[in-house]
Amino acid sequence: MNASASRIARTLFLAALASAVAVGCSKKVKETPPTDTPVDTGATTQPVTETPRAGAYTPADLDTDACLRNRVVFFDLDQDALKPEFQAAMSCHAKYLRDRPSARLRLEGNADERGSRDYNLGLGERRGNAVSSALQANGGSGSQLTVISYGEERPVCNDATDSCWAQNRRVELVYSAK
Amino acid sequence: MSPARRASRFALILGSLLPLGAFAQSKGLEIDIVGGNAAALPIAVVPFGGDCGQTDVGSVVRADLGRSGQFRALDVSALPERPTQGSEVAYPTWRMLKQDFLLIGRCVPDGGGFRTEYELFDVAKQERLLGFALTAPAGAMRDVSHQISDAVYEKILGIPGAFWTRIAYVTASGLGRSSRYALMVADADGWNPRTVVNSTEPLMSPSWSPDGRRLAYVSFEGGNSGVYIQNIASGTRDKVASFRGINGAPSFSPDGGRLALTLSKGGNPDIYVMDLGSKHLTQVTNHFGIDTEPSWSPDGSSLYFTSDRGGRPQIYQVPASGGGATRVSFEGSYNASPTVSFDGKKIAVAQGAGNTYRITLLDRSLGSPRWNMLSPGSLDESPSFAPNAAMVLYAAREGRRGVLYAVSADGRVRQRLVLSDGDVREPAWSPYRKK
Repeated sequence: MNASASRIARTLFLAALASAVAVGCSKKVKETPPTDTPVDTGATTQPVTETPRAGAYTPADLDTDACLRNRVVFFDLDQDALKPEFQAAMSCHAKYLRDRPSARLRLEGNADERGSRDYNLGLGERRGNAVSSALQANGGSGSQLTVISYGEERPVCNDATDSCWAQNRRVELVYSAK
Repeated sequence: MSPARRASRFALILGSLLPLGAFAQSKGLEIDIVGGNAAALPIAVVPFGGDCGQTDVGSVVRADLGRSGQFRALDVSALPERPTQGSEVAYPTWRMLKQDFLLIGRCVPDGGGFRTEYELFDVAKQERLLGFALTAPAGAMRDVSHQISDAVYEKILGIPGAFWTRIAYVTASGLGRSSRYALMVADADGWNPRTVVNSTEPLMSPSWSPDGRRLAYVSFEGGNSGVYIQNIASGTRDKVASFRGINGAPSFSPDGGRLALTLSKGGNPDIYVMDLGSKHLTQVTNHFGIDTEPSWSPDGSSLYFTSDRGGRPQIYQVPASGGGATRVSFEGSYNASPTVSFDGKKIAVAQGAGNTYRITLLDRSLGSPRWNMLSPGSLDESPSFAPNAAMVLYAAREGRRGVLYAVSADGRVRQRLVLSDGDVREPAWSPYRKK
């Protein structure tokens, strides 16, 4: 119990430190992931982790914070490389995950309709993995992330046009636990 | 096969058709014929005489033969006379109309069903080619009609017809999270559609078991893709794969004992083969690229699949027990979704270039591989061979929705199968029905 509590305290300290680093850094600077952040899912049931701290995100921020409200990442045709304009979103969602170890994020990968459906299932997964890697590179924990690919099966737009296809080539960030 | 044996075989089939009589004979998919074939054989199909109940047998057969692209059925309004028995046939009449063949018949109520007699004539030789009687319940009269089409097709062309078969397909409506999906099974002409599965989560990739009784498919109902095998008649099903990552693209082996599928549990999509008895998995490919869409060679020894290991998706072949893969497609920058003909000589694929995807046939029966374009594009996908390899079903985009097409393997005749509402995709042509 004591050991667990001290581990939590250490987690909180590291998280606070990391968030201070994240806030302090401009988005151009690549943030180094904490090398020794313990991942302890057992701690998630401890009420102490839910206590808001100065500078830490809370679930309410998901609806109000301009950065956290960006929960769709778009991709170029046949590409799974993360575009630079989504780095800021990766950084703030990674911070949210660090601030809230009990949060769980589903990364839902999608593709446009061109090409084979099963191949696009693979492509959607690659995009989900790219977002997962970016979140982890920014300090998010892999244990908080799940990648699901829907391929081209869940379009948000049905026209055979470039602008519509661009909307469908996406990864949606869905918090299954906030 | 002797006529007597054939007749007894049909009697046997019809016995097994009884449960089908319970289903309403509603029409699900509208069919139009696109294009024509100048070399098609002229045949006159006279409306069947007597009492055939609700089913216009002659018109079902006429539509079947016309859709095959191999026959040109004489319009009913052009029929100068309507014989229903051999003794009424005047050959000169049909020779004058330049008809090569003549099909006539009649039905007689028999218990709860009908006895259907039909006769096929060679007009030039003035010879009767077929003469049989089939007895079936009233609800199975479309099945009887399709079996007559199959018999006529085989007698004249020497290869079995595939009219008395079924198709599976997926329908979708709505957008994003409000989408709804259904896995459907219908007769090959779009009639008798039945819902096999309904879901608010995506359904994908139907694949028939070789006995035609089960479908393997992908459902996202658990929040991730999973592979299910469902008995069509009873509705009972097994979840056979629900690993972390992708569980997709199931395909039954020709003997029905194994299932090839795509799993990304190892970090990226690879091809696996599952023994359906023991559920034991064998990993067939192991590459960091996307390997998917396994399709069996007819002898069950190897798998064709799609892989982007060379940069862009292309078709490869690999032993079903694993080992080195060899590239099969060398023409076109994007080749995917292989479907293999029953004799292994032809592979139909979705071939892409820019924003245009077409169904293309790779014929390897001749010395050098020959490619033949089967569809005009622009977003054609999911080809599936008929069991006799005379036609290929595929999905196309029209406006905001998907429609199905069946095209003759020579590319000359296409038929369009359209749902009255919603989107149709991922057609899979069934094997021959069990006789």
